[in-house]
Amino acid sequence: MKRREFIRRSGVAGVAAGAALSIGRYGEIWAAPPSRAKYDMVALMGGAPDAMFDLGIQELGGLGVFVKKGQKVLVKPNIGWDVVPELAANTNPLLVKRIIEHCFKAGAKEVYVFDHTCDNWVNCYRTSGIEQAAKDAGARVVPGNSEKYYQEIVIPGGVRLKKAKVHELVLSTDVFINVPILKDHSSTRLTCALKNMMGVVWDRGYWHSNNLNQCIADYAMFEKKPALNIIDCYNVMVKNGPKGVSREDVVQMKSLIITPDWVAGDTAAAKMLGLQTEKIEHITIAHKTGLGNLNLDALNIRRIKM
Amino acid sequence: MRSPYLRRSRILISAIVFICFFVVFVDFTHLIPSKYINILLYLQFIPSLIKFYDLRTLAAAGFAAILILTLLTGRSYCSFLCPLGIGQDLNSRIGGRIRKKFRRYGYKKPFTIIRYTILAATLTVTIVWGIYLVTLLDPFSIFGRFMTFFAKPVVLLINNFLAGVLNRFDVYTLTHIPVTGYQLPAYSIPLFFLVLIFGLSLTKGRLYCNMICPVGTLLGLLSKVSILRIRINETKCSKCGLCSVRCKSSCIDFLKRHVDVSRCVNCFNCIDVCPDKAFSYGVVKIRKKEVKPDQERRKFIAGSLALLFGLPFISRAQEKNIPVPAKASTVKESRTCPVCPPGAGSLDDFNKLCTACSLCITACPNKVLQPALLQYGAKGMMQPVMDYNKSFCTYNCTVCTEICPTYALRPLALEAKKLTRIGKAIFIKDNCIVKTEKTACGACSEACPTKAVYMIPYEGNLLIPETNTEICIGCGHCEYACPTIPYKAIFVDGLPVHEAARKPEIREAETAVPEDFPF
Repeated sequence: MKRREFIRRSGVAGVAAGAALSIGRYGEIWAAPPSRAKYDMVALMGGAPDAMFDLGIQELGGLGVFVKKGQKVLVKPNIGWDVVPELAANTNPLLVKRIIEHCFKAGAKEVYVFDHTCDNWVNCYRTSGIEQAAKDAGARVVPGNSEKYYQEIVIPGGVRLKKAKVHELVLSTDVFINVPILKDHSSTRLTCALKNMMGVVWDRGYWHSNNLNQCIADYAMFEKKPALNIIDCYNVMVKNGPKGVSREDVVQMKSLIITPDWVAGDTAAAKMLGLQTEKIEHITIAHKTGLGNLNLDALNIRRIKM
Repeated sequence: MRSPYLRRSRILISAIVFICFFVVFVDFTHLIPSKYINILLYLQFIPSLIKFYDLRTLAAAGFAAILILTLLTGRSYCSFLCPLGIGQDLNSRIGGRIRKKFRRYGYKKPFTIIRYTILAATLTVTIVWGIYLVTLLDPFSIFGRFMTFFAKPVVLLINNFLAGVLNRFDVYTLTHIPVTGYQLPAYSIPLFFLVLIFGLSLTKGRLYCNMICPVGTLLGLLSKVSILRIRINETKCSKCGLCSVRCKSSCIDFLKRHVDVSRCVNCFNCIDVCPDKAFSYGVVKIRKKEVKPDQERRKFIAGSLALLFGLPFISRAQEKNIPVPAKASTVKESRTCPVCPPGAGSLDDFNKLCTACSLCITACPNKVLQPALLQYGAKGMMQPVMDYNKSFCTYNCTVCTEICPTYALRPLALEAKKLTRIGKAIFIKDNCIVKTEKTACGACSEACPTKAVYMIPYEGNLLIPETNTEICIGCGHCEYACPTIPYKAIFVDGLPVHEAARKPEIREAETAVPEDFPF
């Protein structure tokens, strides 16, 4: 390389680097640890749903820690109800979209989105805004309305739930990302990460008639666990859950919890709602079974206010 | 006019009409907006007539247009617009392909007594008693039931096969839709008519339309004075008989060179087939009429009178079958009244106006509308009834009220529908999981769109449902979600007269926005 060219090239590189730095937020770049410094949980507050996820996942080392190149990813939001996003009965579509984008950035081959809805599934997918958001991000939106899509699995160690029919995508994908929304719930007090699994099975009625809380904890024993739980606490339904009646049921908490430990995630989320964890049986059962840790003090939690 | 385009345009128009109706009835993706369906429905004779009876506006005067059309052109309706008639033509064509014999019709005498008796019976029954015979015999409704009961499942099976193939290649544009079907007895009447009409049209052309269909007979009476009709030029005709052979209505007596206009459906096959070019379609020249007593008219009047006097007795006997509300009991759900769809207003109004065309049943995105067996009594057979064992009524949906051809279900704005109570939820504590199993459930409260079913503290940490019927609209989601068997712990009892529900009370949330992480 000639000297002149070297100077020219390094000049260009310097300008480019400077431009890049001036666009990005400095502090964050230096704050983000280059190695995989893992927290047990990252909790964020004060940002938009997508911005909070950007920052939060960066704190965990990027989604690439969980999603490898060429893998198939299942993103499972809550799309249970035929309700608009502002009423917060379904996961925030902005968040779902951003997660899918991160999946592809990490090299995912394919990203799938589905839920076994409570209301009419076509309406739920449409009204929630999630179908559009997921498709915009390039994911495949898959129905969950027919028993044909479900396959029987065995849950060794299940107390009340020993068998279940789960959606084929749970079995056929490589990575499972659970994206619940935190809500008040009429019988289990709260619905969040653990209870979001009711949307991957066919026969929910069985759970309801065979000790609901035990079944929720039992399912968490199934080997195909979420690699990551991303709990949407941006708009939170604090009463009349899980469907909600009006806008007055919703409080804007502008928060997000990201954790691989769903028991810890649900515990933290319960505190956001101001609930005592002891009252939420499925969390305590899951903790006792060793499926996660509800003692948040024992965990390494990164808290960020934006 | 002798142009071959007459027949061709008949085939073209009827094909378009048939395909449109076929698509409307089998449309399982709910692609077609209600307003387009309503345009199609405007010119269906019986639905329009009933709608007009109810509304009395020009917006429902399609039947009058049909009457005028018939006075001008004869029974064009039967060939161009009636989906059941067009379907029969299609079937006759297939029959002709299978065996040549099926294609040869030949002149037959009219079944005068049968057809006028049926028309008279239909008229009198409808006036004196109710819509029962119209429900049974209205060609549009019969066609609707064929599509809903038999064609749609076939289309779904094809869709499911294709969806299965596509899903294997990771494509989810088509989705698997479970083919659920209805209770077996509900198939009896549609199946009977399917066999009857299929068989008749396969070998005998339009015999059903000219012997049984009351609309055909009524329009046939009018077409006797129509201005345009099929004529035979007697000087050209060589009496070869080809026209008779090809006439689906078997109404051309070639020996007498006479066309029975009351049975002619304007298919124009004769014009096309005549080697002598003796047939034409045009303004009829009024010939001197022999004055002789009209036998048919006499029979018609006599038949009508007999039925008029006879029927009140029959109808009185039937009245007993109308469900009468009784007192509710516990443990076993005691249903006092079926739940009829939103927009019906009341059970009585609904039963009077619905012809069981099944359009709402096939259009319902949630499949909660099912053909009734005896829930409404004998005269409401096949009319749609809400079946909360199968499904529930979607809170944000008004499809059935938008498309009802007869206005048996009147249009409801979404906000009005959300406040229309069609039934009331009744909680049976002794059946409830929370009481019997002492475990959490709350499936009913979870599903309730108005929180008319809510949870109150029970033993220990448990919560148990309680109902507030003031704000309940009877959508049935609670009953559908309730997991208890064989009897539900919560069910919806229908209301004979629909009511206005109170709006759910709205209170500000008491939970504060956390300033900092509470953990």
